[in-house]
Amino acid sequence: MFDNKVIVEDSLASEQLEDGRYGVSVLARLPYYRGLGLSMVENIAVSIDGQDVQRDNVRFAVRGNMWTLDEMETEYGDRWNFGEKAKVLVVTGEPLDSGSHEVSVAITMRVSYLPFVPTTRDVKTLNL
Amino acid sequence: MSIKRGVSLYSFQHETFLGKMDLEDCIRTCAELGAFGIEVIGEQSFWGYPEQPVKEADIQHWHALMEKYGTTPVAHDFMLDYKRYKGRIMPFDEQVASIKRDIDLAKRLGAPYLRALVAIEPDVLVAAAPYAEEAGVKLLLEVHAPLHFDHPWILRHAEAYEQSGSDALGFLPDMGMFLDKFPPVWKARFIRNGVPQKIADYIEKAYEDRVLSEYVIQNVREMGGSGPSIAMAETLRHNAAYDPRRMLDHMSRIHNIHGKFYEVTEDLIEPSIPYDDIVRILTEGGYNGHICSEYEGNRWIEDAVEVDSVTQVSRQQKMLDKLINQYAK
Repeated sequence: MFDNKVIVEDSLASEQLEDGRYGVSVLARLPYYRGLGLSMVENIAVSIDGQDVQRDNVRFAVRGNMWTLDEMETEYGDRWNFGEKAKVLVVTGEPLDSGSHEVSVAITMRVSYLPFVPTTRDVKTLNL
Repeated sequence: MSIKRGVSLYSFQHETFLGKMDLEDCIRTCAELGAFGIEVIGEQSFWGYPEQPVKEADIQHWHALMEKYGTTPVAHDFMLDYKRYKGRIMPFDEQVASIKRDIDLAKRLGAPYLRALVAIEPDVLVAAAPYAEEAGVKLLLEVHAPLHFDHPWILRHAEAYEQSGSDALGFLPDMGMFLDKFPPVWKARFIRNGVPQKIADYIEKAYEDRVLSEYVIQNVREMGGSGPSIAMAETLRHNAAYDPRRMLDHMSRIHNIHGKFYEVTEDLIEPSIPYDDIVRILTEGGYNGHICSEYEGNRWIEDAVEVDSVTQVSRQQKMLDKLINQYAK
């Protein structure tokens, strides 16, 4: 559900972390009919132009706070709201070239009542 | 007293997800359709909940909308994330406390019923029942495919409710468990996903012939099916044409109904769920609660066309209105 609405159109942006490293981000929405506590977001797998980003180079940011994916696993006080646009940031080291890039975001959620752990993947070509 | 019409705001998820409709748009739409009962999923409509309590201003806004449009709260659907902690299940007492928090929300919203997901343990609901009684609300287990009223898990719930002696425990049947035909919107989506026409036709026919899911999956494999073909066949594991008459044994505990649907055509037919039988049987059983529309076609068509939940809910409401009047005594 919402498979093709995870990545927000035209949202690819250059980023620079506090430690000076470069990255890029997209805005993303949780592919689910409700929000979910952050501890239940098991993974956000990102690839850019076919290159997989390492899990520890992915950050999730919403309403002014940022988490690594490992930090999210024990975050019980905040959530990714229904339809909320969160920033998924990846550390690339070097700045990404301007122009067109294929971005893939795959979100894995631990949903209590489902007998499986669903992953929803969206791929979009975005301009930087 | 006849059956009343309502809408679960789940139905408008496509529009609310994208910010095309807000809470007031949803409530106004329901009222315009003559569906005056409102069911809400707290974790969908109220951002921040349950980690943060719903703000008092949001509760007042909710009640102002009910008054403005003449609508009535029916149910708050709660989730109970017992897998909140990776690798371990939430302890029993914490699960009960979580339900109590949702009971508080239902009470603040003025909703007499709470929807409990079918995977919740009966003992947890029984432990929360006294708190629900005090609050004047009822906890209703959503009997949802592939579970059904003759499944041992549901029978275990029914026995636990009887033993508890509490009338704050009951059922909320989801009409998707009476899936009579393979939904055309599912078939079309699987074909777009790459299922060969021949295999899609076979699965649709096998479903109508009530062939056991495992045989269908195996036959699809033997037909050379893979990937999406297997996925299409595997939907038969999760769906079946159970008998709506099985609700009749539980009428005293059924207080709300999910009017699940995948599509209603222009001539007001749900091609896969037998609403004519359902409304007739519910009327026979003396049901006078709500049937709340639960549109779930969006996820099956969103890859191909723009979803129009309002048109779909509107058609289902017209269909329900017609059937309710047709069978009313």
